Amino acid sequence: MSFDIDLSVPRGRRTISVRIAPAAGITALFGPSGIGKTTVLDAVAGLVRPTSGHVRIGEATLFDAAAGIALPPEKRGCGYVFQDGRLFPHKSVRNNLLYGWNLVPEDRRFINLGEATEFLGIGALLDRSVRHLSGGEAQRVAIGRALLSGPRALLMDEPLSSLDADRRDGILRVIERIRDDLALPILYVSHDRAEVDRLASQVVELS
Amino acid sequence: MLSPAEWAIVGLSLKVAAAAIVLTLPIAFALAWLLARKRFYGRMLLDTLVHLPLVLPPVVTGWLLLLFFGAGGWGGRTLQALFGTTLMFRWTGAALAAGIMALPLMVRAIRLSLEAIDTRLETAARTLGASPLRAFASITLPLALPGIAAAVVLGFARSLGEFGATITFVSNVPDETRTLPLAIYTALQVPGAEASVTRLAIASVVLSLAALLVSEWLVRKGGRSYVL
Repeated sequence: MSFDIDLSVPRGRRTISVRIAPAAGITALFGPSGIGKTTVLDAVAGLVRPTSGHVRIGEATLFDAAAGIALPPEKRGCGYVFQDGRLFPHKSVRNNLLYGWNLVPEDRRFINLGEATEFLGIGALLDRSVRHLSGGEAQRVAIGRALLSGPRALLMDEPLSSLDADRRDGILRVIERIRDDLALPILYVSHDRAEVDRLASQVVELS
Repeated sequence: MLSPAEWAIVGLSLKVAAAAIVLTLPIAFALAWLLARKRFYGRMLLDTLVHLPLVLPPVVTGWLLLLFFGAGGWGGRTLQALFGTTLMFRWTGAALAAGIMALPLMVRAIRLSLEAIDTRLETAARTLGASPLRAFASITLPLALPGIAAAVVLGFARSLGEFGATITFVSNVPDETRTLPLAIYTALQVPGAEASVTRLAIASVVLSLAALLVSEWLVRKGGRSYVL
């Protein structure tokens, strides 16, 4: 599976246009801060409405302006890892992780709670409140929550930006394993060249 | 201790206040949600109308209720025609008056808690497969719970203390609309009833303190609900 994206998205007075040809692995959206990279992810996830174009992941059409298709976010199967985590503060780590898992049809699940926590190294955190997690722990939980929702693809918005160098490496390795072991297409937003060079098989530069 | 008649007054006050809250809470939540989340034509007007009972003299609110729900009023005639009933001189009328007086306080408390919720959490829930309704029920509602608890307690306390609108709208009928404040006022008019006034006043204080304690307990319980 891979992305096939061609979008024009309004953002303020500008229109952001982006084309992403199908490619396996990680596609990086690269460019300076404020250029509209997050807006593109939001459009793919169905959180903002593009003016034209299409979004496909594998065989599934999530959006097609010409055909009048615009799936709501909950039907898109985009596991979105937000820059600011957005864990649910009133739920434990376990119930954050299981939130999407409980909603997705069984045949779409490809990982269970035990596998995900082992994979991410967060087994010891399960019964903690998310209010007491470090930045790196919170980011792992956010990634786990997205994976457990049985997504068609992952959208990652600068998942390393709030972490120090040590923790970055740990999360980078997790992302590489998702790419290699789970073979999920990933749309990865970053403004860091080194990060992009290490991870991405295709780089789309926004300017 | 309270006499049986005084216990009846306490019971009536609790019944009126409870009915007022049950009636008002869903309306207060809907109004708070509209005012906190939606931008629409007439929003300022709605906001002002909701706050009106807070700034109007309660007697005026009671008089307006009387005009509307009295025998000649549109609301009164409709109730009579549809259900063959009236709110006049009934405890239900007292509950309505108390509910309307409590409404602005309840809307404020709920609205503040809704405005404090990061709507991006609801967006995150949507991307994880939640419909708008489920995102509301599983994210918005639990996070608003402390505000809802505060609204219930504030509204309940306000209803227990309601005097002006009640006596204007449904008068001071024993066993029907004579709640604690009205009973205290009535006893004050009677020479030699000071002991009764004192007992009823103490009952008022105890009920209000109990309401506050319950709210504290609810808020603490809400704060721990992440383990659920």
